[in-house]
Amino acid sequence: MTALLLRDLKLSIRAGGGALIGVLFFMTVVAVIPFGVGPDLNLLSRIGPAIVWIGALLAALLGLDRLFQTEREDGSLDLLLMQEHPLVLVVLVKCLAHWLANVLPLVIASPLLGLFMNMDEVAIGAVMLTLLVGSPALTFIGAVGAAVAVTLPRGGLLVSILVLPLCVPVLIFGVSASYAAVEDPAPFLPPFLILTAITMFFAVLGPVGAALALRNAGD
Amino acid sequence: MRLMAENLSAHRGEDLIFSNISFNLRRGEALVLTGRNGSGKSTLLRVVAGLIRPAAGQVEWRGADGQKGVNAAEACHYLGHRNAMKPELTVAENLAFWRDFLRDMEGGSGVTIGEAAEMVELGAILHLPFGYLSAGQQRRMAFAKLLVAYRPVWILDEPTAALDTSAEALFARLIRAHLHAGGIVLAATHQPLDFVASQRLEMKGFQYADMEEGI
Repeated sequence: MTALLLRDLKLSIRAGGGALIGVLFFMTVVAVIPFGVGPDLNLLSRIGPAIVWIGALLAALLGLDRLFQTEREDGSLDLLLMQEHPLVLVVLVKCLAHWLANVLPLVIASPLLGLFMNMDEVAIGAVMLTLLVGSPALTFIGAVGAAVAVTLPRGGLLVSILVLPLCVPVLIFGVSASYAAVEDPAPFLPPFLILTAITMFFAVLGPVGAALALRNAGD
Repeated sequence: MRLMAENLSAHRGEDLIFSNISFNLRRGEALVLTGRNGSGKSTLLRVVAGLIRPAAGQVEWRGADGQKGVNAAEACHYLGHRNAMKPELTVAENLAFWRDFLRDMEGGSGVTIGEAAEMVELGAILHLPFGYLSAGQQRRMAFAKLLVAYRPVWILDEPTAALDTSAEALFARLIRAHLHAGGIVLAATHQPLDFVASQRLEMKGFQYADMEEGI
């Protein structure tokens, strides 16, 4: 299993792996917002957490369709399916590798983008923390979509559309927890704990669903 | 050790590809599948490898002690049309990954990566990215994957596609060595490969003829 994790990490930083594409996309989305809404600093800092979260959500969905498709194209998926390792575990490890290589850089880049949005330190910290906790859920949900669309040659956009409705709760609780950290009356802990629960819930359900879809995608 | 298939049938969509295929392979035996394109050779191999669920029948594997243990698929190496190697990684990284991921099955052990590359006569290019190799070299390296982790059963689907005659002879030699060591081979092939097949099965589309044992 460690071998699989290391291989996927290596692949994502080699040519064509696209680990940085997501970060670039994230920066592009957030960087154009101030030009679009105008230089109203108060407005920017108010919408900042939401914009950073939406940017991260879209960037996280960007590379997901390749999660199993590259494996299928070169025949590796057949060998992964044949092994005694539970397929659920294989999917879980692949999700972890994908999160480490493609989504963790987004979390790390988010403070910088928070500055673009004129957010204060507390808000930046809150967004980074909620992204760190909430973004694994996006990968786990996306894995199900990627597994369902694995046999489709142009499944990229389809995966994003399939999983987007399921990602909405993550977005809602992530953003509301971020706002709760800066706006006084709202409590921070309840939305944050619900976000944690969503991640843990999908950490179980996502790999199971994806493994089921991969088993039945046989051709 | 035995690999048994009982009354296998497979559908693809609504169409019946084959039905009622049975075979029984013991230590050191090989089954060669022949037949025209589309007759279901690859489908049969994928059914045995557990990648396609059969419409009827079952595949069973019995280990050295004669007991039903693991799934048949877990005792098998599968070399399909695609090489299952990553073009971005070097050959050595690819082989090391499959060695660590597949692990040796009970009853044998694989050779080291260097030895496996020497056995397919490509020991000098382990450091190159897999994508740089020619189609024939890629096929040979994909074959080296079978050597780094031990599996008693080799399922080979057109193993000699894209190979020259010397590489064909090399593959036949490796297959003979595997059979000699007590392994089992299932191969679908158009080119006659130079090893003794104890059983042959000619796929004829929907109908099939099970020919005599021993050639």
